[in-house]
This record gives sequence, structure tokens and C-alpha cells, in this order.
Amino acid sequence: MISFSPTEEQQMIVSMAKQFANDEVRKIYRECDENGEIPVSVIDTAWKMGLTSGSMPEEYGGPGGEHSAITGSLIGEELAWGDLSMTMHILCPALFAYPVLEMGTEMQKKKYLPLFCNEKYKAATAALIEPRFGFDPYSLSTTARPDGNGYVLNGEKCYVPLAIEADLFLIYAAENGKIQAFIVGKGTKGLEIGEREKNMGIKALATYELSLKNCRVPKENRLGSGKGCDFDRIMSCSRVALSAMATGVAKAAFEYSRDYAKERVAFGEPIASRQAIAFMLAEMAIEIDATRLMTWEAAWKLDRKEDATKEASLVKAYADDMAIMVTDRAVQILGGHGYVREHPVELWLRNGRGFVTFDGMAIV
Amino acid sequence: MIDFELTPEQQEGIKAAHEAVKELFRPVSRYYDEHEHESPQELIDQIWKKRSEGIFNMGMDITSVLRIEELCWGDAGLFLCIPGPSLGGAAVFASGTKEQLQRFLGSFNEGEPKWGAMAMTEPGCGSDTSAITATATRDGDEWVLNGEKIFVTMGKRALEDSDGFVVVWATVDKSAGRAGMKSFVVPAGTPGMRVEKLEKKLGIKASDTATIIFDNCRIPFGNILGNPEVKKADKTATKGFKGAMATFDATRPIIAAQALGVGRAALDFVKEILEKEGIKIRYSAPRQKLTALERDIIEMEANYKAAKLLTLRALWMMSQLQPNNLESSMAKAKAGLAVTKITQKAVEIMGPLGYSRKYLLEKWMRDAKINDIFEGTGQINMLIVARRILNYSRDQLK
Repeated sequence: MISFSPTEEQQMIVSMAKQFANDEVRKIYRECDENGEIPVSVIDTAWKMGLTSGSMPEEYGGPGGEHSAITGSLIGEELAWGDLSMTMHILCPALFAYPVLEMGTEMQKKKYLPLFCNEKYKAATAALIEPRFGFDPYSLSTTARPDGNGYVLNGEKCYVPLAIEADLFLIYAAENGKIQAFIVGKGTKGLEIGEREKNMGIKALATYELSLKNCRVPKENRLGSGKGCDFDRIMSCSRVALSAMATGVAKAAFEYSRDYAKERVAFGEPIASRQAIAFMLAEMAIEIDATRLMTWEAAWKLDRKEDATKEASLVKAYADDMAIMVTDRAVQILGGHGYVREHPVELWLRNGRGFVTFDGMAIV
Repeated sequence: MIDFELTPEQQEGIKAAHEAVKELFRPVSRYYDEHEHESPQELIDQIWKKRSEGIFNMGMDITSVLRIEELCWGDAGLFLCIPGPSLGGAAVFASGTKEQLQRFLGSFNEGEPKWGAMAMTEPGCGSDTSAITATATRDGDEWVLNGEKIFVTMGKRALEDSDGFVVVWATVDKSAGRAGMKSFVVPAGTPGMRVEKLEKKLGIKASDTATIIFDNCRIPFGNILGNPEVKKADKTATKGFKGAMATFDATRPIIAAQALGVGRAALDFVKEILEKEGIKIRYSAPRQKLTALERDIIEMEANYKAAKLLTLRALWMMSQLQPNNLESSMAKAKAGLAVTKITQKAVEIMGPLGYSRKYLLEKWMRDAKINDIFEGTGQINMLIVARRILNYSRDQLK
């Protein structure tokens, strides 16, 4: 039966994430963006809230909460309202843990999931995007060649968050044209981590290029082993997560520019009392809400274990456009003030533009 | 719990409505578009006979509105011809007493088919409904109405072709401003009321859009909806006006659903042709790899979905008795514009098939446009949204 009301449990998690975003993240996000660094203490505080580890089953040492894409979307939006870089950093281990939780063999789950149930943040990541024009997640240049008792990986990746500190990588590669994921441990021969990337936005998030040069992994390191993984589902989970985060970033920009428009006086009145500005804000509000609802619907399908490829793709495309529209307008409403780094809207514009590029960099 | 699953009842309702309009509306859709002002009498009789099946029953709950989308998928003009109290009913429902509900709506399912209508717009005022000049003057046990109302949807059917009624908005005290605005139920056949003319329109031609003249039209005192008293002390009081606005909160998601029906008719048509041509839309492919056509289709589908979910949310909030003024206007603004664009794009994409009157697509484009106009234009709804998000009064944001 149709309902738009999160459960009580979800409302509790959301209000916790919201408070954290407001009290901790919003205090330091500008500094983090300028310095390119996120204090470990903030990441640890977030980790202790159990946003990722909370959905680990009891048998692997977790509290056994339900793993839900809707809950993940709600959390993603709230955190991203605080700051996108920090959100992606905080939720980065899920890039590894969630696919293993959903698609790993019993052995893989036993081996890896307990690592994410500790008090301490466990850095793990995934590598999907490749540094070339025309990148298509469904047709990767990185290859996995079966060879004896294992696979040999070759290729180039980029936008790999936290690659330097990660102990575990999930590397996406084409095996005979089909996309599979491979578990690669830190220090594996042939896994070379490049320079830290310098991006337009998400500057506080450390991302890296990475190359695989005849990197050999044992057979049992293919996610889901013989069965392999459901890459469509992984992409859908990622697109839902990113859409939720786009909603959060846009909401931040909307709120800030709305409040500014009410205070800024021109020609004797607040600029918000002019339709040119008011209608921009109205459209921003409508599109943010629409994106959120579409995100929820796609997440709801994922939670029902249904194919959500179409819904997730539609909302991601919509969210990409919405995020740039809203953040650009926020800058526009502040005018010259929006262009200077004293105000946060330029940061949100830089981050908002990123969503169309980000694929597989977050997951619910 | 966030949930998008339709109940079995809703699924069946949608299916039954879909099948019914496929059989009843679509075959005559073109005919009544080309024969404006000709009554689809046979169709109305058929609908009337089927009224116990519930397919054509109106309502403001999610189930009913989902059905309404389906009926408009069939034909938005013929949808308006379905007998019932319609927008007039919504107004009675929003501010009428129990006794009035019984008196005005009680017999709608009996005897001959009847229609209800709502008369608000005047030649000199459209979106600014507070500028209404029609007057209602009390004379003993009666109200005397004077004025001219235009764009009354189904006005002729309600007043000339059936034993229906019209809800008229008029001022009882001009000096009281908005607080003086009241609504009155005028039954068909009341002396002093006449249908002056019927508009010739761009679309939804099967429905009539009437001008109604009130010339010393007398109605019983008890036909006023809501409180007859005007709070004169406070000129900014908007109580009477609020009745009209509360009605809009309820009806705007319905208009949004009507829009969605037309939009989906166009989308279905386009997708059917693409499938015949063997063209697959690669939803999950990266943007730079998509064809212009794929981008268009994805944008149309996403916008349809966005409008639909906003509509469902507004309806759901109403079902939860939560105030939904903001959300209703969001849904209406989004759906009206989205569907206008979807149908216009569909005509573009289909080229000669889109522009030709051999197919219904061009008609749907014409039909769709009204949804961005009636029950509050897109701009008025944006204004409402803007006021709500800014927490501004109408004086702070004009």
C-alpha cells in the first residue's frame, strides 16, 4: 500500500545522521575542501554510528540490522547535505562490503564481513571508472583473463576513493565481455596505486588512479565465485546511492540560497520577493522532492530484490541534471557572492557537477 | 514504511478502467474531437449503465485518482463527460454541511445522469480569483446572484442537459475583500441563470466550456457553502477565500493525474512505434553514448515518473489528513508542465505520424495543454510553491 512515511527505526537513523551532518560535518567541510583532508576523528565518529556495519548479519559479528536500500538512501541524503566528500569517505567501505554481503559466497562472507564489524573504521574500496573518453561501465577496458587457478587482471582505473589506505579492493573487470568483480588485497603484485587525483570537486576525498599489470588473483577471489556477481544490481545500488546524495547536495544549496534570498535586499525589497528569484527557488524545491521520491521508488524495488535497472538509471539521469541545475542556480541567486569561496554554494556547484561522472563511487 | 505497492484493489481498478476506456473512449476519441459540441450521448448512456461497476466513479482517494489517470489515458475530453458532481462536488465536499452534502450530492447516482460544475473565472479575472465581481446579495430567505462567469467546465451539461448544479463564487461584501468571497450552489433550472455561449477550444473538445450569466438569480439562503458571516473587523481575513483554496488542495492532484493519463498515452504510443521499428532504449548506458532519441525518451519517462510520484505523495498526504497545499501545487505545477512537454516532444519525435490527424498523438498534445492552465496555471502553482517554501504571504510575494 502506497506510503511515503519512513519507519520509526529509519526516522531514528535519519535524525542521527542529520545531527551528525549538522554538528560535525558542517563545522569543518570548507576547511576539508581547502586542505584536501578529512580528520580521522570525524570518520571514526561516523563509523561508530554503525551506518555501514549496522547491516552486517550477526553470524559475521555484526548487529544484524536489516540491509535496506531505502534506509541507505535516507542516510546518504542527510550525510551529503552535510558534505559530499565526507559522505563518500564515510560510506566507502560499503563499496566493498555490500557487494560481498549480497553476492559473496559463504566463504567470502566469512572471510571479509567480520572485518567491517569492528569498532574501528575499515578502509576498503572499489574500482570501476576508467580514465578514458566514452567510459561505459558495461563495457570495461580492464580485463580479467582466466588463467589456471586464478585470473589475471589488466587495465587502468581512476576515481578510486581511499586507494592508499584501503586494505581491500573490489576491482571490476570484463571477463569474456561480462562484468565481474574481483577481490584484490592491498600489496598484491601488479596492483599499482598512482598519484592522488586533483578534481574540480570532492576535493576532501582522496581518490587515486590505479593500474593493474598482470595482477593475479586466485579463483576464489571472484565475487560470487563460480556464480559471479549481478553487475546490474550493483550498478542500480550505486545509482540509487548517488541519486540520494545528489538530493542531499542540492538540498543544501537550495536551503542556503533560499535563506540568502530572503535576507539580501535589492531595490528596497528582499530579492526573494521577486518572481524571477522566487520561481527559481520553487522549481529547485520541486525537482529536489521529485528526485528524492524517484530515489525511494528505485530503492524500494531493490529492497524487494526486484530488477531496478530502469528505475535506478532513470533517477540517476534525473538526479545528475537536477544537481547541476539546483547548485548552479544557488550560485546565481547569490550572484557575485556565490562565486567567492566565503560562501559554500560554489563548493556545492563543483560537487554537484560530479554526479554525472560518478558511477560506482557509492553504494546502498 | 515507504511503499509503492498498489493494493490488489488498486491494480484491478486500474486494469478495469484501462480496458473500459480502450473499448469505449478510444474508438470515438477522434470523432468527438472533430465534432465539437456534439454530445456523446450513446457513450454517456453506456457509462451510466455501468455505474454500479464503479469504473467511472470519481473520488479523491488514491485508488480513485489512479483510475482517473487511466480514464484520461483513454481520452481526457470524454473523461470530463462522465456524469458526476465533478469539481462542483469537490467544492461542496470541501466546505458544505452534512445536510448540504446530502441535499446536493445525495441523488447523483439516481435517475438520469447529472453533472456538477464550478464557476469561478470571470471575463476580468482568472488566476486572481480574489478580484471576482459577481455579487450575492441577501434578500430575506434568499440570495440574489448577479454577474458573468466564463470557462465553466461542463457548465452546459450541468445546467441545460441535466438536473445538475453549479457552484458559483461571488462576493457578499466587496468592502470585506477576500473574506467577502463565498460560494453558492445553484441548481439547474433556477430562473435568472442562463448558459450564454460555449467556447471553441484547442483541445478537450468533447467537454463543454460554458459562459453563464446570472441576472437576479434567486437561490435559497441555505445554498451558501460555509459560514455566511463576513468577519468585517479584519479586512485581511481570508476565511471565505480559504474555502476555495482548500478545494484546490484537493482537486489539484486530480488534475495532475488527468495530465499524467494524457502524457502516458503519448509515451505508450511512442514506445509502441519504437518497438515496432526495433529501436531499443538503452536506459543504463552512459549519457555520451546515448542517441538524441534515447535522451529524449529517457527525459520524458523520468519526467512522467517525477510528476506521478509527486502526485501520489500529495494524495497520500491528503489520505493521512496532513495539510498538502505545498505538495498539491508542486504536483500540479510539475505534471501540467511535464505532460505538456512530453506530448509536444512526442509529436516532434514521431514526425509525420505525430502531426497527422490520422493518429491521436497530435490530439493528446492539444488535450495536454489544458492541464497547465485550469485549476491554477503553472505559474500560479509556482507562486504558491514559492510562497510556501519562503514562508511569504501574498503581500510579500506577488
